[in-house]
Amino acid sequence: MSHSISFTLNGDSVCVDVEPNTLAVELLRDDLGKTGTHVGCDTSQCGACTLHLDGQPIKSCTLLAVQLEGTDVVTIEGLAKDGELHPMQAAFREHHGLQCGFCTPGMIMSGVGIANRHGTPDDATIRHELEGNICRCTGYQNIVAAIREGAKAMAQA
Amino acid sequence: MYGFEYTKASSADQAATVLKGDEDAKVLAGGMTFIPTLKARLAMPSQVIDLNGVPELAGIVVTDSAVKIGAMTRHTDVAANAQVQAAIPALAHLAGNIGDPMVRNRGTMGGSVANADPAACYPSAVLGLGATVHTTARDISGDDFFTGMFETALEDGELITAITFPRAHMAAYIKFPNPASRYAMVGVFASKGPQGVRVGVTGAAPSAFRFTAAEEALAANFSPDALSDVSMPADDLNADMHASADYRASLVVTMTKRAVSACLA
Repeated sequence: MSHSISFTLNGDSVCVDVEPNTLAVELLRDDLGKTGTHVGCDTSQCGACTLHLDGQPIKSCTLLAVQLEGTDVVTIEGLAKDGELHPMQAAFREHHGLQCGFCTPGMIMSGVGIANRHGTPDDATIRHELEGNICRCTGYQNIVAAIREGAKAMAQA
Repeated sequence: MYGFEYTKASSADQAATVLKGDEDAKVLAGGMTFIPTLKARLAMPSQVIDLNGVPELAGIVVTDSAVKIGAMTRHTDVAANAQVQAAIPALAHLAGNIGDPMVRNRGTMGGSVANADPAACYPSAVLGLGATVHTTARDISGDDFFTGMFETALEDGELITAITFPRAHMAAYIKFPNPASRYAMVGVFASKGPQGVRVGVTGAAPSAFRFTAAEEALAANFSPDALSDVSMPADDLNADMHASADYRASLVVTMTKRAVSACLA
């Protein structure tokens, strides 16, 4: 039996019918067109599907869509405001914190979460906090630099 | 995922009543194991009862003698709780190193303990602190709770509502994590306090257990040196591509020494 759910997606109200066995990331990508949230591993390991649920980073491949009822969801599409990149996005561009770009939405959503939790963290803290995000291109150096500088920019904003 | 019906629980007792009436119903806590299980079609529940949002199941109460944690309290909230950090810092440390930040933002203490994964962190603290597991039906001594691999003393239709962890004079949790999953290859929770000396081990065997030989040696002399003649038999320990039973047996002793050192630090 499908369920009618309402939630806030990147500031907009959404009302949609979902089946209980639909994942949150499937609803976002397949029905709501928010394809910036990626599915890398589908086994809760890689973090490419990270979004913010009521302000907290979570893996949307490991959440049922019906559980979004009444929540506030922010995806990578919700970060930029008025055509201007979010400071964390700008830092990833400035420091080239990507190669193929597949993991990047999850990295940026986790990076914003790290800044929210730790302010302007050191590199050791960033590396520890990135345990749930896997990149198979970069070796992480520029990702860590981007999050370090993005967090500073967020603190100054 | 196979199809199932979904309802939100109004209370723990209501969820327990549904479970008693439908043996194919399952409850959803943080979902960090259950949802991957559904995705892999390793479970085919008739209905899923969501415990998220049941107010009486989440929360932390710290007293002079214990820390009581509601079953639906998320790992991140245990790790960040200043009262837990002050009362049993080892417990906050344990919660703060489960999985990764996104897992800790969803995963719950009750879900972890009820699931009884042989490599989960929390079961070592249940044994290592001499905790009491509160359920919808009764109180269960932590020592009697873990009965086998993914097996517990919980009956059908019985849900964990909270766990009371007694405060100790000193306690520490040391984990040797699997480098990929961050699950414990071996994790040891050691404490000394009103409950005596306790050593709870996870990751090494089909279920968490107390390392009684180490407890006896440490009761006489609470120092890493007391363990120099203590060994862990490798019989019945887990063996997989990551570590043989002999290696895990060695890790149990080494992690116990490190946990005792951390207690004394």
